[in-house]
Amino acid sequence: MSTAANTEKRPPLPGHHMVLGETDKLRLDSGVEFGPFTLAYQTYGELNADKSNAILVCHALTGDQYVADDVHPITGKEGWWSEIVGPGKIIDTNKYFVICSNVIGGCLGSTGPKDINPETGKPWGLDFPVVTIADMVRAQTMLIDALGIDMLFAVIGGSMGGMQVLEWCKSYPERVYAAAPIATSFRHSAQNIAFHEVGRQAVMADPDWCGGNYLLEGKKPSRGLAVARMTAHITYLSQPALHRKFGRKLQNRGAITYSFDQDFQVESYLRHQGKSFVDRFDANSYLYITRAMDYFDLSLEHDGRLADAFTGCKTRFCVVSFSSDWCFTTGESRILAHALNAASCNVSCVEIESDKGHDAFLLDEPDFHMVLSGFIQGAAEGRGLK
Amino acid sequence: MNDTISNGAALPAHSDRIRVDLQLIADMVEPGTRVLDIGCSDGELLGYLTRTKNVDGRGLELSNEGVRNCVAKGLPVMQGDADRDLGDYPDGAFDYAILSQTLQATHRPKEVLSELLRIGKKAIVSFPNFGHWRARFDLMFRGRMPQNPNLPIMWYETPNIHFCTVLDFVAMCEEMGLTIERSMVLNESGSKLSLGSQTRFSNFLGNQALFMLSK
Repeated sequence: MSTAANTEKRPPLPGHHMVLGETDKLRLDSGVEFGPFTLAYQTYGELNADKSNAILVCHALTGDQYVADDVHPITGKEGWWSEIVGPGKIIDTNKYFVICSNVIGGCLGSTGPKDINPETGKPWGLDFPVVTIADMVRAQTMLIDALGIDMLFAVIGGSMGGMQVLEWCKSYPERVYAAAPIATSFRHSAQNIAFHEVGRQAVMADPDWCGGNYLLEGKKPSRGLAVARMTAHITYLSQPALHRKFGRKLQNRGAITYSFDQDFQVESYLRHQGKSFVDRFDANSYLYITRAMDYFDLSLEHDGRLADAFTGCKTRFCVVSFSSDWCFTTGESRILAHALNAASCNVSCVEIESDKGHDAFLLDEPDFHMVLSGFIQGAAEGRGLK
Repeated sequence: MNDTISNGAALPAHSDRIRVDLQLIADMVEPGTRVLDIGCSDGELLGYLTRTKNVDGRGLELSNEGVRNCVAKGLPVMQGDADRDLGDYPDGAFDYAILSQTLQATHRPKEVLSELLRIGKKAIVSFPNFGHWRARFDLMFRGRMPQNPNLPIMWYETPNIHFCTVLDFVAMCEEMGLTIERSMVLNESGSKLSLGSQTRFSNFLGNQALFMLSK
């Protein structure tokens, strides 16, 4: 293959890889029969004898399976939810068997657009089929089947991870004992779709995107993807949080320079966010995964009656939102909680006061941790887990 | 300390001792039933019912702090308002809908009460009795709105906007065609007063009232 592929070559990522869909293929929402495919996943802790202590953690748009690793293989930082998942922590890996898999369409080891299409011998690029949140979850069920687990003790995730949690409860309610959809919604709002479209257009406007064939052309749409990340990153924060962190402070200079250099700290910060993101993320994966979120609407199949999506669901829910999150507002969470109530589900719904915006679910928020911990412990008692 | 309840039941284990008026409500609830506690505060009653009566309990609470504390205890509670948020619950979803010391703070007590009896087969409602002699005394001799340990907040700050007496409440129940299954009045410390069936005495001597209603 061309030299291009070499620029992407890295030593294989650590962790488990499972090939799925060899005989029974994955039937995607688009109608495509897809497979075989690989899911890359991490596990922490031990599965108990009756396989009742498994917790599936679902990652967000740019997250990955390294939820609680000490050292991320690419960034060198801690796993994205090390605050929550680990020995003695809220999701206690001494007690629970934690599974986290990279979504299908992702770029950290699960099959996605940067992988080789076996039919052409070239990277999939835009020939990769469009995937949905339901497709991601369907792929996860195949992994959970392969691990021999009938019922997950809990499915937990924030943002896009929360969408997967809800999809699990809607489509496989008998397989989920407890569910924590956090900072999420049952649908992607027009505003969120709009921001995603800005991000995708930024990627596609980069000449190095090459109509999606950048891997073949030996290029990388870094500038476009960085702009996409910069925009998205703003939406994950809040006005007060940005102001508290940066205000109008200048970057390593005493005065403005009357130029388009990065005078302000906030500019420098965003550029850094953009730059470090392109080192770890594939641009086409970004297009595919944002699209999956845009298409998500659990009420669609039920003529807008969200409650009908959860009829008969015995799962216990803990819906969490953050007061300053303007991507996934408390209002959206309340619509979800009301629908769950209307379906006679067991639901807790909590708004956490925080000025840290959407990203609060990833940060040190003691009230959130107290709530999640109480919910998991209560559910563990209900499930008879010691 | 003597907070033995009047029917002579033994006190529950020390760790499961709850406020006396809540205990009286808990005593009305059959084990193994489904309960919605509206205005559940920190979940004292809900937790007690879950632990000792094996009920399938849910809570609705206005304050974020209350909701947080409940969920942190593993209780299924959501943030919401008795005036606004009962409409989502399906008909007959619960055996009991409990509204403790909250009716007088709702905007539309009558609608709330009929919602309770739509959602629950039975409603358990408690409220401060404005017909209590001290309230009457305050108005008649002091010429001031009643203020006492059960109603400590000044008129301009109180969340209580719809006060009634025991007789007012009974009249409303009659008007709504509701059946009063049980009723009792409590003294200032929340213990039951044994006054027989004379509503007028109860209305004069009861500090709080507690009713179990059905349609």
